Amino acid sequence: MIRLNAKWTSYPYIVWMLLFTILPLLLVVYFAFTDSSGAFTLDNVKQSALYIPTLVNSIYLAALATLFCLVLAYPFAFIMSRLSFSRQKMMSMLIMLPMWMNFLLRTYAWQAILEDNGVINTLLTAIGLPPATLINTSGAVVLGMVYNYIPFMILPLYSIMTKIDKSILEASSDLGAGFFATFRRVVLPLSLPGIVSGVTMVFVPAVSTFVISGMLGGSGNYLIGDLIEVQFLGNSYDLNAGSATSLLLMVVVLITMAIFSRFETEDSEEALV
Amino acid sequence: MMQKKNKALSGVYVALLMLFLYLPIFVLIVFSFNSSKGYSWTGFSLKWYVDLFSNELILNSLKNTLIVALFASVFATVIGASAAVGVFSMQNKYAKSVIRSVTNIPLVMPEIVMGISLMLLFAFLNMSGFVPLIIAHISFCVPTVFFSVLPKLRQINKNMYEAALDLGCNPVQAFFKVVLPEIMPGIITGFLMALTYSLDDFVISYFTAGNVQTLSITIYSMVKKRVSPEINALSTIMFVVVLLVLLVTNIRSIKTETAKQKKMMHI
Repeated sequence: MIRLNAKWTSYPYIVWMLLFTILPLLLVVYFAFTDSSGAFTLDNVKQSALYIPTLVNSIYLAALATLFCLVLAYPFAFIMSRLSFSRQKMMSMLIMLPMWMNFLLRTYAWQAILEDNGVINTLLTAIGLPPATLINTSGAVVLGMVYNYIPFMILPLYSIMTKIDKSILEASSDLGAGFFATFRRVVLPLSLPGIVSGVTMVFVPAVSTFVISGMLGGSGNYLIGDLIEVQFLGNSYDLNAGSATSLLLMVVVLITMAIFSRFETEDSEEALV
Repeated sequence: MMQKKNKALSGVYVALLMLFLYLPIFVLIVFSFNSSKGYSWTGFSLKWYVDLFSNELILNSLKNTLIVALFASVFATVIGASAAVGVFSMQNKYAKSVIRSVTNIPLVMPEIVMGISLMLLFAFLNMSGFVPLIIAHISFCVPTVFFSVLPKLRQINKNMYEAALDLGCNPVQAFFKVVLPEIMPGIITGFLMALTYSLDDFVISYFTAGNVQTLSITIYSMVKKRVSPEINALSTIMFVVVLLVLLVTNIRSIKTETAKQKKMMHI
């Protein structure tokens, strides 16, 4: 590695970081522990305990979506990693292409499909079947999460699986291991860092979403993100209470990352960069 | 025999997942040409495209989105690339790892938390209009530039840099003649990523835009009303644009790769 003497070029960024990343987060903490006149209070934090059921529901739906993503993405990433180089390139382009479309539009597409007068119900009535209630269910929310975030699961899994040498798999089967033994004792341990980063990359945006639940979940599927939205921009405007709710969400995210970083090896950090 | 069966099975699986990924987009494209508002086909029409292009609000939001994205990505590239050079120069391992961790915050924290925290700051400072929105965008764009430049600095050949110094360059000249050209691909990737992040962003803009309407914010207010076929037309146009951009860049990279290979063969 070369050695440069240009430390000072990072100083503008350090100032920027302090002002626009650290300070705003400290403000969240400050607002969470003060009332509207600026006096110290624990009321907001105590009140946010009322939202624990909402938080639990968010965690449940996000965990379910993460699980579906993992189950669907894992075989796909493995198949993809065994293709020829040019096919792999084509596949990863195909996976990324929908991601390049605005995610509001992608979620809107599911609205159009699942709605009471949407594509599926129009088809059902056309062939004489009774219409089904699809939109405004928790199933629709999970579907929306899986659809939007599955590339975040496929890509890290795929990039770790391309590193698994074909000869290791061959050695495993030569030594008498069947399909499942090879999977459990070779592929799974080697792909663990990919699973860890995929799970966090899906779970964090899913647990904090307010767009997907708002567009596909109706009023019955109120998540923690929806709550924060109405406290900051909606009809229950209260910056202090909203900050306390956000603090609650931050704690959940930090705990999730702490749990998963225990599985992380040095390799997976490299994979992220 | 077994092999063949496996291959067919995985082919079917890949096809099904692709269907899942592309079916919604396909539905939007088909119904953007429908002559009525609902989801039963009533005939071909370009009505929604005409409506889209006469919609002042959408055109204005598109303009705002482009202004914000351009400013944010240029500033983020300058700040992020120089930060990467500066952090790379640091000897203090502890300071380095602190900066790296803090730079990771906008990447790993939920967007809604970054959005509301910046909203609080701008409320606190009493700022509104384009400036806070651009500041917010720079904040989440800088980390992507930073992390795409840093690995390029590590890869620079030590001998090349030292040769420049031996041949009479001072460190500043050596930086511009050796280091900068070597990290340029990282800077360009970072810039393009920042540009697309900024163009695509909704959540952070939603909380920090105040009364500035960006395209995502306008789309959000339209999709809240459920059926709005102009959105189908807009989606179709965006999909085609993205597809074209990806095709052109990929064809170019394949061409340069084959050209390289040919060159190698001649040698």
